[in-house]
Amino acid sequence: MSGHLTADHFNLWYSTDRGGTHALRDISLDIPPKQLLALIGPSGCGKSSFLRSLNRMNERTPGVKHTGSILLDGADIYAPGTDLPFLRKRVGMVFQKPTPFPMSIYDNIAYGPRLQGVRSRQELDGIVEASLRAAALWGEVSSRLKKPASGLSGGQQQRLCIARALAVGPEVLLMDEPTSALDPLSTGKIEELMGELKTRYTVVAVTHNMGQARRISDRTAFFLDGELIECGKTKELFCMPGDRRTEYYITGQHREK
Amino acid sequence: MMHKSSSLSAKRYRLSDSLMYWLFTFCGISAVASVLGIAGYLIWAGIPAIREIGLTHFLFGTSWRPTGPEPSFGILPMILSSLTGTALSISIALPLGVLTAVFMLESPPPVCQILRPLVELMAGIPSVIYGMVGSFLLVPAVGRLENLLFRGNKSHIFTGGANLLSASVILAVMILPTIIHTSELSLGAVPQELREASVALGATEPETMFHTVIPAALQGILSGAVLGIGRAMGEAMAVMMVSGNAVNLPLPFNSVRLLAGGIATEMSYSEGLHRKALFSVGLILFVLLLLVGLLPEMFLKPKGGGKHI
Repeated sequence: MSGHLTADHFNLWYSTDRGGTHALRDISLDIPPKQLLALIGPSGCGKSSFLRSLNRMNERTPGVKHTGSILLDGADIYAPGTDLPFLRKRVGMVFQKPTPFPMSIYDNIAYGPRLQGVRSRQELDGIVEASLRAAALWGEVSSRLKKPASGLSGGQQQRLCIARALAVGPEVLLMDEPTSALDPLSTGKIEELMGELKTRYTVVAVTHNMGQARRISDRTAFFLDGELIECGKTKELFCMPGDRRTEYYITGQHREK
Repeated sequence: MMHKSSSLSAKRYRLSDSLMYWLFTFCGISAVASVLGIAGYLIWAGIPAIREIGLTHFLFGTSWRPTGPEPSFGILPMILSSLTGTALSISIALPLGVLTAVFMLESPPPVCQILRPLVELMAGIPSVIYGMVGSFLLVPAVGRLENLLFRGNKSHIFTGGANLLSASVILAVMILPTIIHTSELSLGAVPQELREASVALGATEPETMFHTVIPAALQGILSGAVLGIGRAMGEAMAVMMVSGNAVNLPLPFNSVRLLAGGIATEMSYSEGLHRKALFSVGLILFVLLLLVGLLPEMFLKPKGGGKHI
């Protein structure tokens, strides 16, 4: 139980009425535990699809098919009979837009634990406080836990969503452009928080912001047209990209092959 | 030249602007005016009889004998029957309607394409048809149930199935399309992101539906319920045909007369104070409907806060 993810020759197709798209092509990628991996690449390159494959959220899209496997601590998460709610409890997710449920701050955090049958008031209180502290939000909301979560600012809502994901006790945290809807100040707070989170969780984050990838990630993976072009230590990848296409992307140049 | 033409178009612009302003104002006022007109007339026509009878006697009197040698105008049984009938029908129609909406939302498109026109058709059926079908199919069935339950009971007055229960069921069926339609709209409007957030926390799809999507759509669902309650309270024709139409206290197997049905039944032969009293009944019905319309305002103030799952 360390949160070690490994993709092994993973392919993904979306099929529509007019044919299919090969969204991920033969991805093999090792995601070491307790590190932050940034997924970068242009829109539509497959990085979000890959992220959503890691907790099988991709299956909510109709007509999706895959081959290959993704291992979490050595066990294939696509093996038949996999307990999906349990997988998603182990692999939490934070979305691009803050998505507080229309209920109080407290109930938002307690949502996951309650689903798992935690009923004791004392236990829930403990989980709520610990999760909010871990998401650096406790100080701002401790006096108004019973107030609706919709009253929080965008940045606070996003930290609430992080706290909510932490409340079910995950090992891996997937973040899909978690700061792209936020102002620079809130973004700074979330980045700081991500830096702390990676000491306790395996974090995989999609970002369009190259500066952010450089600041917060240990490793970076570059996707293009459904392929993993390269993956390496962030410093090395940004200083000495091994592939021309990576270099063009991170320096913002448009070149045809 | 330039200057002149631009000032000309500005003038034309101002003219069409003010024309539109008055057009919209006229439309807005005429809609409001009809409501105010009806309200004003009801108050004007309804107050005299209440004055003559006395408000307490009128509202809380339990006997309604408008035509006897010693007339008595107590409408409490009718008020209670209306409230009970409406409450029963909404408690049948609300869960049924919301769950139907969930089913339509979660079904594959072909199923939905069959169901939706059927629901729309249901809304378009005239109430007299509901009453007719109800009195031929529902009333005998309820009558058999009544015979079974009250067999050998000497004090029970048998209704043959024309009673409060039948009326409530008919009303429930009649308001079902309203509930289904508004529920489907508001459930469908819940952002997909909210569902995903719930699923990503380890919730199953049904858990997500009941703990996230329905609470998020609650406001819309309840406003649909209020529309339904309004329709149920105001319905006269179908109810008259299946309720037995006798002024009684609202027990499921009693024949009852509801406010709206009462007005419709007696209007044709009433005269004098009786006729004036019917306008007062109308006023009371109007006031009740206003109160129902205000319900969501009163109960839904703290938006999304403090709800427990």
